[in-house]
Amino acid sequence: MSTISINVNGKVHAVDVDPETPLLYVLADELHLRGPKFGCGLGQCGACTVIMNGRAVRSCITSVGGVGQAEIVTLEGLGSAGNPHPIQQAFIDEEAAQCGFCLSGVILTAKAFLDQNPKATDDELNQALRGVLCRCFVHVRMIKAIHRYAQGRRA
Amino acid sequence: MTSGVSRRDFLCTSGALVVSFITSPLLERPASGQGPFATHPSHVDPAKLDSWIAVGADGLVTAYTGKCDFGQGMFTAQTQLIAEELQVPVDRVRLIQCDTSITPDQGTTSGSQSTPTNFNDSGLAQAAATAREALIRMAEQRLGVPAGLLTAANGFVRAKSGQRLSYGELVAGQRFNLAVDPKAKRRAPEDWTVLGKPVPALELSSLVTGQFEFVHNVHVEGMLHGRVVRPPAVGATVVSVDEGSVRGVPGLVKVVVRKNFVGVVAEKQPQAVQAAANLKVIWSRGGGLPAQKDFYDYIRSQPSRDVMMVDSQDVEEKLAHATAVLKATYCHPYQAHGSVGSSCAVADVRADNATVWSPTQSVYPTRSGVATLLGLPLEKVRVVFVRGSGCYGLNGADTVSYDAVLLSHAVQRPVRVQLSREDEMVWGENYGAASVIDQRAGLDGSGTIVAWDCEPWAVSLGGRPGYDHPGNVITGMLAGFEPETVTPRPPSQPAGQLRNGNNAVPSYVAGCVAGKCGGCGNIRSERVLFHTVKSPFFTGPLRSPLRIQNTFAHECFMDELSAHVKADPVAYRLRHLRDPRLIAVLKAVAEAAKWDTRPSPKLDKHRDRVASGRGVACVAYEGDNGYVALSAEAEVDPDSGRVEVRHFVAAQECGPISNPAGLRNQIEGGVLQGMSRALGEEITWDDREITSTSWSTYHSLPLGIAVPLVDCVLLNRTDVEATGAGESAITVVAAAIGNAIFDATGARLRQVPFTPARVKAALNQRG
Repeated sequence: MSTISINVNGKVHAVDVDPETPLLYVLADELHLRGPKFGCGLGQCGACTVIMNGRAVRSCITSVGGVGQAEIVTLEGLGSAGNPHPIQQAFIDEEAAQCGFCLSGVILTAKAFLDQNPKATDDELNQALRGVLCRCFVHVRMIKAIHRYAQGRRA
Repeated sequence: MTSGVSRRDFLCTSGALVVSFITSPLLERPASGQGPFATHPSHVDPAKLDSWIAVGADGLVTAYTGKCDFGQGMFTAQTQLIAEELQVPVDRVRLIQCDTSITPDQGTTSGSQSTPTNFNDSGLAQAAATAREALIRMAEQRLGVPAGLLTAANGFVRAKSGQRLSYGELVAGQRFNLAVDPKAKRRAPEDWTVLGKPVPALELSSLVTGQFEFVHNVHVEGMLHGRVVRPPAVGATVVSVDEGSVRGVPGLVKVVVRKNFVGVVAEKQPQAVQAAANLKVIWSRGGGLPAQKDFYDYIRSQPSRDVMMVDSQDVEEKLAHATAVLKATYCHPYQAHGSVGSSCAVADVRADNATVWSPTQSVYPTRSGVATLLGLPLEKVRVVFVRGSGCYGLNGADTVSYDAVLLSHAVQRPVRVQLSREDEMVWGENYGAASVIDQRAGLDGSGTIVAWDCEPWAVSLGGRPGYDHPGNVITGMLAGFEPETVTPRPPSQPAGQLRNGNNAVPSYVAGCVAGKCGGCGNIRSERVLFHTVKSPFFTGPLRSPLRIQNTFAHECFMDELSAHVKADPVAYRLRHLRDPRLIAVLKAVAEAAKWDTRPSPKLDKHRDRVASGRGVACVAYEGDNGYVALSAEAEVDPDSGRVEVRHFVAAQECGPISNPAGLRNQIEGGVLQGMSRALGEEITWDDREITSTSWSTYHSLPLGIAVPLVDCVLLNRTDVEATGAGESAITVVAAAIGNAIFDATGARLRQVPFTPARVKAALNQRG
């Protein structure tokens, strides 16, 4: 065990954990955040996704000890129900959820990719979403919501 | 919510007074009443209005339902139902779902039964209608105005004179103390202002902003973390457990062994993961498995429990005299629910009571199972539903609830159990059953089908635990309870009436039993013999269980027959159908899809390039619980064998639509889930164990695909009862795609999934 400081959603937290601990367990068990979720623990599905220094990373396979002072943003750090981030608003507008368990992977992967590649083609966007699963298969609405966000961003 | 919320908490915040639940739910529980489902007593008497509806002094309406939401939209639709019947805005309704301390026992939320149960003249709807009429009668007394001159609207009962009383004033903090009135009048669909309207899911903002509490987020004071250690092979049993192997793991609290159930409990989750990985368990070798490559033949060689669904007893004779007889066999694999979140539950088991926060679809049956596992009286166990990852049927929710209970019992402290991905996929869920289906049909000189003979074979082991069979899921079995299995039995002749819950009987036959014809078609010479054999793996309901398998076989075979007589697939179906509701959705889809009327396959001489085609399929889900037709336009690449669907059009009729927004979401999701299952999903195994252990070996279509266009045509009928809706569309997807592949290429796919290798093999087999 050792005390590790991490910067999550704009706040610095000190946690007393083994540095090898996957970041997900720190976010979920120690900080009680609900956005990042355990899906597979293998980096295959995306449910645990957070944005770290602007990039989407899989918190289930990221050791907390390697995070350093990186700025971590979880789904709840993007916006709130009263003041959602534009990509969250796009998902609300398109009613792009069923069970909603996968949304950290879907929303944060798309956001990080589009923020870095604002002119991405549909093929490039699809490539970025190749490792993201939604088992309710809300694909039609999710892709519409992501396009809505991308267009709003460009406008 | 961070731990149990008692009914008292809800009612205090809503201002209602429901005195029968004023203490801890595990104490002083009223024992009155019987559960709605035969012999299973529930303290929440469904015959009493107060079990369903409470109106607070502030006018807030609290409703209690035994049908829960795991993403299929039941929370929002039921809230609309209450708002409609009680005439209050949606935001004045608080819906409490599935908690054995406070909601009525409505069995399991499954099988497209929530809408028929709670939206027709029964269950929640009837209670809400009773409450509205009761409020009007209270106003009649208070205002001295006859009930016929009073109306309920927007939380008030009003007289034409302008006098009005709010619901809060009327109930004045009292219970109704009434029975649910089976004659209370439901509001007519033509008058609906809330129900039937497109209301977005009420939890949507909370979901997309990461605020929503899933069972994975439940934290209970003093909670420990558990993980399970499953056998390495089917049939393997514990020989010995070396507790010394984990002695050095920090935070380890206990190694727990109960027969073949093995698990660990630690202070923190990563410690539990480490202990589970390090724990040395010696297992027996297990019994071995039948080879997967011969599995469909294996199924047919097993002793079977047989049910004759229909038998006109003239099929062989008709086939002998037919102009042509066609035969085909269709195969469908085991498939996974594959919830994106591996299952999780939290249990707090103490010496004389237990509370479980569970994603189960079945809180009351789970309560029974937990009571059996712990040897506790039923009333000492409380099961609280907390939504998990979308389940689509019997995923690991029940098994992980038992896991949490066994581990918490061993340490007498709250324990949260998170299954790993491999636990979930190999030793967590009850798979959707594998099936092989033999079809034979005879044609007359005009190409009309004169006889249809069908023999499906499906596998089964375990299933939903219900109230009596904890061994039906993996943890129950590991802990020493036997799963229900198949007792071979010869078929008896069909009696009573046609029951087509598994869609084993094709839509095109008359379905005559004891002189009454309950089928959707007009083929009078019919025989369907259903065989069930023992499965080597646990099986259970997976969205549209066996209905998909059987419908894949029926709707593809119908396509083969229409191609044989060079008839258009839609027209040929219509020729053999007589059910007006099924006919209506089929015609609607043909119109909306601008169906290209001609026989299949499309004539294309260029076999070396990407070919496109269209296919159709339709079904009356469970015979009469929802009507759907689907067209698919697909492209087939002959070089790679890859299939890409470009466009689906679905037409669905499910009676009066409760929420068209939710229904569209269900149809779209069902269609694409069906596409993933049709194109890539298959459980695999070797000679000892399951080998599809993660998303790298079980192939789900990710978000980053070229997503097809999905158009929905909703047929709203208010003159019939509401049916189920969430499982209809998925039922026809594999068939529609298979038929589109045939139309494009002339190659017939008779085995799901349509992997590139199977597509190429079928292309090579063409004449």
